[in-house]
Amino acid sequence: MAKAKHSTADRVRDLLAAYRPPAAVADELLEADGRIRPVWTQFINYFARLPRDNVPRLFARGDQHLRDAGVYFRQYGPEMEGERDWPLSHVPVLISEKEWQDISDGLIQRAELLERILADIYGSNKLVSGGYLPAQLVAGNPEWLRPLVGVKPRSGHFLHLVAFDIGRGPDGTWWVLGDRTQAPSGIGFALENRVATRKVFSDLFANSNVIRLADFFRVFRDAMTHEWGAPGKIPGILSPGPLNDTYFEHAFIARYLGLMLLEGEDLRVEDGQLLVRTVTGLHPVGVLWRRLDAAWVDPLELNEGSQIGTPGLVSAVRQGSVTMVNALGSGIMQTRALLAFLPRISERLLGEPLALPNIATWWCGQEAERGYVRANVENMVIGEALSTNLPFDETDTLAIGGRPQHSADLDLPGLIDRQGDRLVGQEAVTLSTTPAYVDGMLVPRPMSLRVFLARTAAGWQVMPGGFARIGRTGDPSAVSMQAGGAAADVWILSEKMVEWDGSLHEPSGPFVRAEPGMLPSRAADNLFWLGRYVERTEMAIRLLRAYHARRAEAAGHPFPVLEALGAYLAFYGIDPEETMPRGLLATLSSAINNGRSVRDRFSVDGWMALIDLARGARELEGTIEPGDDVARAMGVLLRKVTGFSGLVHENMYRFAGWRFLSIGRALERASATASLLQRFLQPDAPEGSLDLMVEACDSVMSHRRLYAVDTNRETVIDLLALDTKNPRAILFQLNEVQQDSQLLPGAEKAGQMSALSKAILKAHTALAVASPETLDHRSFGILRNLIDNLSDDVHKAYLR
Amino acid sequence: MLYDIGLTISYSYTTPADAGRHALMVLPKDLPGEQRLIAGSLDIKPGPAERLDRTDFFGNQVTEIAYRNPHSEIVFAVQARVERLPEGADDRSLRLADLGGALAALRSVDPDSPLHFLGPSQRVAPHPQMTAYARAQVDETGTVMGAVRSVGLALHRDMAFDPEATSVSTPPLEAFTHRHGVCQDFTHVMIACLRGLGIPAGYVSGFLRTIPPKGKPRLEGADAMHAWVRAWCGPQAGWWEFDPTNAMAAGTDHIVVGRGRDYADVAPIKGVLKTVGPQSSKQAVDVVPLESPAPK
Repeated sequence: MAKAKHSTADRVRDLLAAYRPPAAVADELLEADGRIRPVWTQFINYFARLPRDNVPRLFARGDQHLRDAGVYFRQYGPEMEGERDWPLSHVPVLISEKEWQDISDGLIQRAELLERILADIYGSNKLVSGGYLPAQLVAGNPEWLRPLVGVKPRSGHFLHLVAFDIGRGPDGTWWVLGDRTQAPSGIGFALENRVATRKVFSDLFANSNVIRLADFFRVFRDAMTHEWGAPGKIPGILSPGPLNDTYFEHAFIARYLGLMLLEGEDLRVEDGQLLVRTVTGLHPVGVLWRRLDAAWVDPLELNEGSQIGTPGLVSAVRQGSVTMVNALGSGIMQTRALLAFLPRISERLLGEPLALPNIATWWCGQEAERGYVRANVENMVIGEALSTNLPFDETDTLAIGGRPQHSADLDLPGLIDRQGDRLVGQEAVTLSTTPAYVDGMLVPRPMSLRVFLARTAAGWQVMPGGFARIGRTGDPSAVSMQAGGAAADVWILSEKMVEWDGSLHEPSGPFVRAEPGMLPSRAADNLFWLGRYVERTEMAIRLLRAYHARRAEAAGHPFPVLEALGAYLAFYGIDPEETMPRGLLATLSSAINNGRSVRDRFSVDGWMALIDLARGARELEGTIEPGDDVARAMGVLLRKVTGFSGLVHENMYRFAGWRFLSIGRALERASATASLLQRFLQPDAPEGSLDLMVEACDSVMSHRRLYAVDTNRETVIDLLALDTKNPRAILFQLNEVQQDSQLLPGAEKAGQMSALSKAILKAHTALAVASPETLDHRSFGILRNLIDNLSDDVHKAYLR
Repeated sequence: MLYDIGLTISYSYTTPADAGRHALMVLPKDLPGEQRLIAGSLDIKPGPAERLDRTDFFGNQVTEIAYRNPHSEIVFAVQARVERLPEGADDRSLRLADLGGALAALRSVDPDSPLHFLGPSQRVAPHPQMTAYARAQVDETGTVMGAVRSVGLALHRDMAFDPEATSVSTPPLEAFTHRHGVCQDFTHVMIACLRGLGIPAGYVSGFLRTIPPKGKPRLEGADAMHAWVRAWCGPQAGWWEFDPTNAMAAGTDHIVVGRGRDYADVAPIKGVLKTVGPQSSKQAVDVVPLESPAPK
């Protein structure tokens, strides 16, 4: 026994051999005298006993989860897919429940304070008239939204979900670095960090008293759906769209909490009520968790240049039909200069000092403060007064410790004198360090925490844990965080036993199953076109393969069917002599763009298959030669396309959304096949046209088995147009369209067929009663028109 | 001075507009001591599905309307009778050098507070080039009102009135760089210049009398809605309005419709129309002075 203990101690010593926190900062793991803090003991002992070779394998489990779940962070750049893997630092940050209680109390007080300030500055403005808040910081603030002045939020509150960034100072106390009241991100990432970290340390986690997150999410979800919204009205999450850097999180939370993922275009306002356009018509929205800055939500009353807003949304808010989480205009509380005034306002409004201090801040619009900042510029970060970014965001930082950040010839004292009201000085804070596992060792890295608070009927609830940012280097100054870094889970350790609970399995409110018809029209439109573009890609690939196979065969000799096929492809915007035609890549990126907007509606695997296809196609660009080489490459791509189609067809739940995808795909295939027959059944079609069509429609085997003869006009028409057992036949696809459309909402009204159902029946009947002898290229031209008109009919009925 | 005002704005679309929501600011304001709205009406054809009248932050009258069905034309027609009262023009404004101190002492964000009109707004932000231009026009030891007049006269001298050169969305810096534009551009440029000097400045939309008094020239901008500048000259003098397009203080020839920080706050017709294909718009204004003042 004694020996084993000794061995653990040795291993701990080994593990911490490189762990030397910088002087004059606090460390999460070690006390000032170098002893391990009690809250870490169990974790460090466990970690030290892990065979060192095992660690990468354990970490890989977490990384694998993040990849499978499709967690990514979007980066802007010239690359088409600016998505990068989630940078998880696998060692969590550990905090005792007792300490966490103090932090929570302080943050709840702060949330309450911010709520009261908002009520004042959108109400009677006593803080300004009483001299507690400079009028300029309100009137000149772009986040003070004039159309919302005097508007009382429907729920009675401005703030419903807030986050605070906090850090630990050298003396061990916690400081608030910044307030996040606009549209704080990170709550979904925090949850994914937890799931991943729990997979890495699964044995330990099961036996440790880490307070679980599920309760918080349950309470939050219930508050969203029942308290802030209204019965019978939809709760939604309003996203700026897939190009936003945290879109993953919007889609993830929508799925996890059962909220409808919406964009401005989905919404409409009628008679003061906010409505969502769905395939079953307009439905009222009761609460919107807003994930974009307020200025962009309504071009009519806020930023007139917004392309992602909903005209009339502010009017709906004014008329009290919808709760915004958080209220429009709440973003003003993120203003950096306001930090300077909070201590005094706290005394005034709450009658008590701030329990957790914020980073010391001086607004240079005041004489005395200006002088102080000028005299102490060496110890300060100078930034934009009205910035709503975090203190360590470099874009709004003009100077650190007196050193200019962006332009070397900045006249700092002059600027402070002349444009003081634009500037704040903030104490240059240092952060505490926490363990990160780098190259087989634990090393100290600076960290800050983002903590989330949700308002419920029972008061503010603090998420027990949060989102830790881990610095990339050992430099503990807060500004070092601007270089970016990793994210880590935060474990709050109780001294009591913690009961296990899975995740969000048993909601306390009534169980709500997503209504099948509650599909936003925009999502349906994207799925419809995803179906069409993927199918169009497939057909183009098949034709290109057929083209290059014949090109190789022709070996430079005249070959009429090759030329006819080349002209046919060119007519559809594809230059067959380009080894990877731009027309094909364009179709593929259209498919990706449609898919990106509805990522929450099909599986991560399906999305990966689509990305893989696009990547595969781009990689082939320029590396292959016309002829056999391209034909082979097209074969590879074809298998990737069918991989996607297979995943979608086999694994996707038959929601209304799937039906739109399926109808899009079927209409595209029917139209393309009709077009092919229209062209290659012409009397002047070159020899080999019949075989070409059979091959392009992947029906060579079927033909061989069904007809004991070579291809002739009748067998080809029969197989590619009329055979209801051949998935490549037009009639087969029209059957699919008919079946799918009958299951769409509103297919039949009071026993009457809808206009769309009638149009489908018409096209279907036109073909079903025909026989091969009665059909020729002209009839396929007419049929193709009927099919293409169906696409417009689908739009009219559901997608407008 | 008593006026009968008629305004017609019409839009037509070759492809019918699907649906639309607009915010309109076209009726003359009732401003105690400055301007009296005796009667005013706004007719809209076709009749919208929704219509809601409200007051915006700055106290302007806004009419919100919405259409749900396709329409290929909209006509907005305003009829109003307004009495414009003369104002005193004595300069009680502060010295330019004292303005900053007066502003810093203000403890109000009420709609009339000059602090709303100092920094960047949606369409107008101070710019070093315009600030330098403005600085060269003013006497730094003079009064604020003097500075406002100097900048306004200088812009009238240096900028060409040219209805073809700019559009409703031309940025002020562009109009300033080319020294041309219409009343909106003159006004935006002047606002940027004044804010650059630390003088609170805002945008006024309104009407000009169409037929000049005998022996006076017809004013520019009378055939459509007009725009001019208001500037804050200190707690005593308050707001003063100047029309840079016509190089004159706004007086009884100017009828106020909306006051805001820039065009975005007071645009006559705001709104998003869902339509493809070309569209066209027409505007007709009539501001006729009546011979005898209305009985009080």
